[in-house]
Amino acid sequence: MKILVAIKRVVDANVKVRVKADHSGVDLTNAKMAVNPFCEIAIEEAIRLKEKGLAEEIIAVSIGEKACQEQIRTALALGADRGIHVEAAADLQPLPVARLLHKLVEREGAGLVILGKQSIDSDNNQVGQMLAALAGMPQGTFACKVDIADGRALVTREVDGGEQTVSLKLPAVITTDLRLNEPRYASLPNIMKAKKKQLDTLTPDDLGVDISSGLKVIAVEPPPSRSAGIKVASVDELISKLKSEAKVI
Amino acid sequence: MSILVIAEHDNAALRPATLNAVTAAKAIGGDIVVLVAGASCAAVATAAASVSGVSKVLLADNAVYGNQLPENISALIAEIAAAYSHVLAPATTTGKNFMPRVAALLGVAQISDIIAVKSADTFVRPIYAGNALATVQSSDTIKVVTVRTTGFEEAAKEGGSAAVETLAVVKSQDIAEFVSQQLTVSERPELTGASIVISGGRGMQNGDNFVLLEKVADKLGAAIGASRAAVDAGFVPNDMQVGQTGKIVAPDLYIAVGISGAIQHLAGMKDSKVIVAINKDEEAPIFQVADYGLVADLFQAVPELADKL
Repeated sequence: MKILVAIKRVVDANVKVRVKADHSGVDLTNAKMAVNPFCEIAIEEAIRLKEKGLAEEIIAVSIGEKACQEQIRTALALGADRGIHVEAAADLQPLPVARLLHKLVEREGAGLVILGKQSIDSDNNQVGQMLAALAGMPQGTFACKVDIADGRALVTREVDGGEQTVSLKLPAVITTDLRLNEPRYASLPNIMKAKKKQLDTLTPDDLGVDISSGLKVIAVEPPPSRSAGIKVASVDELISKLKSEAKVI
Repeated sequence: MSILVIAEHDNAALRPATLNAVTAAKAIGGDIVVLVAGASCAAVATAAASVSGVSKVLLADNAVYGNQLPENISALIAEIAAAYSHVLAPATTTGKNFMPRVAALLGVAQISDIIAVKSADTFVRPIYAGNALATVQSSDTIKVVTVRTTGFEEAAKEGGSAAVETLAVVKSQDIAEFVSQQLTVSERPELTGASIVISGGRGMQNGDNFVLLEKVADKLGAAIGASRAAVDAGFVPNDMQVGQTGKIVAPDLYIAVGISGAIQHLAGMKDSKVIVAINKDEEAPIFQVADYGLVADLFQAVPELADKL
C-alpha cells in the first residue's frame, strides 16, 4: 500500500503573528516557518505504519510556493520515500487544495491518505474531509488511534465529550489529532540522505485542476485587545472582587 | 433566502449548540429550516420545531444517520441543499466532520468557525489562533458555514411552532461503519456551555492534582478544562482541552490555574467575560489577559479558594 501524506508550510507555532497595517493579511516577513504540527503527526503515523510492514511507500506532498520544498525535505528526512511539490500560491483555499490532492491520490493509487486535521494559520479544518468527499472515500477525522487490518482502518477519533471508533474500508482518508503519536526528530545522516531523494514538481495545470475559489478574504484585522487587569494579593481579595466587583460568583 | 441549519443532537435531545447556529441564521436573515438527521430522533424534531425563529423542521429518521457518520449525513445534506442559500451547522466535532464534505460534494467553499455575520455573503472568522480576524466574502450560490457557538447567543428554546416534515431520503454508503463510542460521564456542566470554567495547566504537575480543581468546581458548579500542555503531558483526557485545537469557551468566569498562557490556549478562552489567573510565575503571559491575577503557589491558593467559597 502507498500512503500519501499532505503537509503544509506554516508559520512556526511559537511565533506571534501581527496583522499588516493595511489589513491585507498577516506579516510573515522573516518569520520562522515550519511543518504544520498536525502534519508532523501525519508524517510520523505514516512512518510507523511502514515500519510495521503495512505500507511500502510514503509520498509526501505539499502545495504552495517553492519554499515549501523545505518542508517536503523535512518529511523525506523523517522517513518519507519521495516528495511531490505542486507549485501554487501559498494561500490557496481548501477546496482547490483538496482537488489537487484528489488528482494526486488517483495518479499514485494511494491506499491511505493522512493529513493534519487543521493548519495553525488558516485554522480551517477542511481539506481531509473535502478530499474524502471528492474521492468517494470514507474519513476518520481527528484520529487518536489507527489500526490497519484486513483492508480496513480502525480509527479512534477525538470527539466532543469523549472518543468514537469507526471502521473504514480502504482506501480512506485520516486526519490527525494531537494525541495520535509523538513525532520523532530527523537525524543528521537522514537529513543528508533526504537531499538525494526524489522530489517532483508539478503545477495545477499539469493536474488539470482549476484553483479558483468562491471565497475571498477582504480584510484581516487584529482582534479586539484585552488589557491586563489587576493583581490581587490574596485569595480573600480575589473572592471579594469576584463577588462585589465582577459579580460572577 | 432560505437557510438550512443542521441540528446537533444525540437522537434524544437537541444540543444547545444548535441554538447558537439558529441565531447566526437569524443574523443572515431568511426562512430558517432545521434538519434533524438521526435514528429514532422524533423528539429532537419536536424540540427543534419549538425553537424561536424556526419556520420548518425536516426529519430524516433512519438507522443510517444514527451515529452521524459523515459519509451518509453529507450525502443527505448535499441532496437537499440546492433549495437553500445557506447551510449552517455548529462548529462542533460533529459539524466540522461532515460540513467540509458537504461543501466538496456541492463544489463550493466552506467557511469555518464564523463569529460574526456582516451580510448574507460576508462573515468574520478567526485565523492564526485568533490572533487575526479575517472578513471573508463568498460568491458561491450555496454558502456552507460552520458557526462558532461562542460568537452567537442561544436562540430561545420556546416560542416557535414550526411544522415537522418527514424526509424519505436514505443515503447509505457501506464504506464506513460505526464501531463504538466512549463518552465521558460527568455530573458537571459541559465545558462549552458552562457559565464558570476552571482549567489546569502544566503547573498542576499530574492528573491526580486535578482533584484540587474539582473541589472548587463543586462549589461553583463549574466545568473543568485543561491546557494543551496538561493534555500532552497525559494529566487529563483530550476532551478537556481548551484552546486553538481543542474547545473554544466563553464563560462568565474562567479561572486559569497553573497555565502559562500560550497563544494556543488564549485562543480558546480569551472571549470569557472575566478571567482569573493563578500562577506562581508573575511573568506568565496569562496575566496579560487576566482581569484578576493572583501570584501564588496553586497548591496553597486553590485549596484555600475551595475552603473559602
